[in-house]
Amino acid sequence: MTQSSESSGPDYKAFPDQNGHFGRFGGRFVSETLMAALDELDVMYRRLKDDPQFQADFDYDLAHYVGRPSPLYLAERWTKQLGGARIWLKREDLNHTGAHKVNNTIGQALLAKHMGKKRVIAETGAGQHGVASATVAARLGLECHVFMGEEDIRRQRLNVYRMKLLGANVVPVTSGSRTLKDAMNEAMRDWVTNVDDTFYIIGTVAGPHPYPMLVRDFQSVIGREAREQSLKQAGKLPDALVACVGGGSNAIGLFHPFLEDRDVAMYGVEAAGDGIDTGRHAAPLSAGRPGVLHGNRTYLMEDDNGQIIETHSVSAGLDYPGVGPEHSWLKDIGRVNYVSADDNEALAAFRELTCVEGIMPALESAHALAYARKLAPQMDADQDIIINLSGRGDKDILTVAEIDGIHF
Amino acid sequence: MSRIEACFATLKEQQRKALIPYITAGDPSKTVTVPVMHAMVEAGADVIELGVPFSDPMADGPVIQKACERALAAGTGLRDVLAMVTEFRRDNDTTPVVLMGYLNPVEIMGYERFADACVDAGVDGVLMVDLPPEECDDVAPLFKSRGVDLIFLIAPTTTDARISRIAAAASGYLYYVSLKGVTGSASLNVEEVARRVETIRNLAQLPIGVGFGIKDAQSARAVSQVSDGVVVGSALVNQSAENVDTPDRIAPAVAAILADMRAAMDKQ
Ligand SMILES: Cc1ncc(COP(=O)(O)O)c(C=O)c1O
Repeated sequence: MTQSSESSGPDYKAFPDQNGHFGRFGGRFVSETLMAALDELDVMYRRLKDDPQFQADFDYDLAHYVGRPSPLYLAERWTKQLGGARIWLKREDLNHTGAHKVNNTIGQALLAKHMGKKRVIAETGAGQHGVASATVAARLGLECHVFMGEEDIRRQRLNVYRMKLLGANVVPVTSGSRTLKDAMNEAMRDWVTNVDDTFYIIGTVAGPHPYPMLVRDFQSVIGREAREQSLKQAGKLPDALVACVGGGSNAIGLFHPFLEDRDVAMYGVEAAGDGIDTGRHAAPLSAGRPGVLHGNRTYLMEDDNGQIIETHSVSAGLDYPGVGPEHSWLKDIGRVNYVSADDNEALAAFRELTCVEGIMPALESAHALAYARKLAPQMDADQDIIINLSGRGDKDILTVAEIDGIHF
Repeated sequence: MSRIEACFATLKEQQRKALIPYITAGDPSKTVTVPVMHAMVEAGADVIELGVPFSDPMADGPVIQKACERALAAGTGLRDVLAMVTEFRRDNDTTPVVLMGYLNPVEIMGYERFADACVDAGVDGVLMVDLPPEECDDVAPLFKSRGVDLIFLIAPTTTDARISRIAAAASGYLYYVSLKGVTGSASLNVEEVARRVETIRNLAQLPIGVGFGIKDAQSARAVSQVSDGVVVGSALVNQSAENVDTPDRIAPAVAAILADMRAAMDKQ
């Protein structure tokens, strides 16, 4: 069969377009006060991303500060236990600060430095992005304010204290559902007020253009490394990629460098909370519909009046009613499969990986593990799955202990 | 001539400035809103901005955030807000009404259905805070062709090039946001506002209303002297917050504030 241009798929690297659109998704839906700041950021980023010095600085920090490349680890015992495809873990949990989030904050902090901003703000759910922001701020001597929902402050109090030790000011958010989406609202309000001297470090591939593009670019180091490592260690490309999807930054970081490899199947795993049928979940791609929130058009969890509804997940980092616009587009064109894992499945996978491989995953990453656990036995022993182990589970020990009825 | 155009033309003739109150529809209950609208007109309001409640009002400060929460708790959706305008129009066919809010409720209803519903209800203009002109090429004609004005914000950070672009997309009036911040923020700098309004005048033909940070008769008068109208929101919405359990007091409290502003603005 000859390959027509249609069957070879779109030119993924050409997205987003000039105005930040991925097909009908993405864009820039913010109040007028922020438009100039977004234009400024866009111009600066487009200039720097092709600047060899900027790339060299970024690569240097990733190597010497973050500790990259992160290993691609063959989970032999778990593979044997599941009885199917070989399972490889991309070890983002071994990064400095314990998750993939730091790849992005290193990049955005470099941008902030080039733009001469002395104050940075961030929103956080699980606290990983907050910690990663506080960390780069400490290193560069920047003032740092992290917005965090009250409910998440309770769930992730270890990370809250970490941020405080790092010198950041953690601002409790008491509006709405008191989770990640409300933290993002509050960060936007701060940015509107302090736009002259403040850089907003968004923690995922959401928000107004150019954030979904630049966060993706910074996180794509995950997929570039994994692709090279797979060729070297497995002698071939993987057959499937699996990553959890909150806002979608660890997933797009793994997927993007493989999009043109048509034989690599991709699975983005959303949080099904109590179960998709119960309505108590955080799975907009699986059970939501398109709308506009936080500066972009994307799949959302919303009611018939267009109000955003509360999400539910055992993992604070996936407890978000939207998703990065590029994922919405990849869903619509069918390049990536979006699936889900519920709280119980994620907790079971959390325990299993800990006991079988001696690796304690973040509850977010455990959603990817939970899906891979079902996928692997359906595949052959000579096939390979790469799972993005986006973070480590230390921060979740109190949550799991509470579920076990243990209180410290 | 549209109601908004007629309103500003008359004011110009009389050498008066527009008083433009904002309230959140359905705050704290659906039945309160229409009587408050009539009371505002009686107290001297020229145009009414009616807020459509949204779960995530990113550009609003705590006062209007809480108003949205109260309105949503009372079950107020976009359809209810349109019904309130229909009811208001039974007794008032002249005062322009502008719906102000966020894009998502409109997105879910569908732009064409919403534009039709605006015409049916007697809505004169629409201000969607998170819809910049760059993103509205597809939907603007739906409103224009039905005679519904699209009103846009201009901010202290807006460049001259963008002012021209916004002015080209807008009709009715332009809304200058007097400060960098959310609604209900501290105080505005009148001299700075005057300078910016001059800049906008050189680039745009439409009347210019100024909002954010206007909280009393004195600030209303000061800003009205350098613009075509003043928008006042949080100071009025506060009256709902303070009278949640005594909703009958909201209309008179709001009217008293507006009457003060009106008198200060009209004083020679
Ligand atoms: C370890 C980890 N994985 C995943 C996520 C979800 O974010 P994203 O979907 O942007 O990767 C988070 C967010 O806090 C996280 O901490």
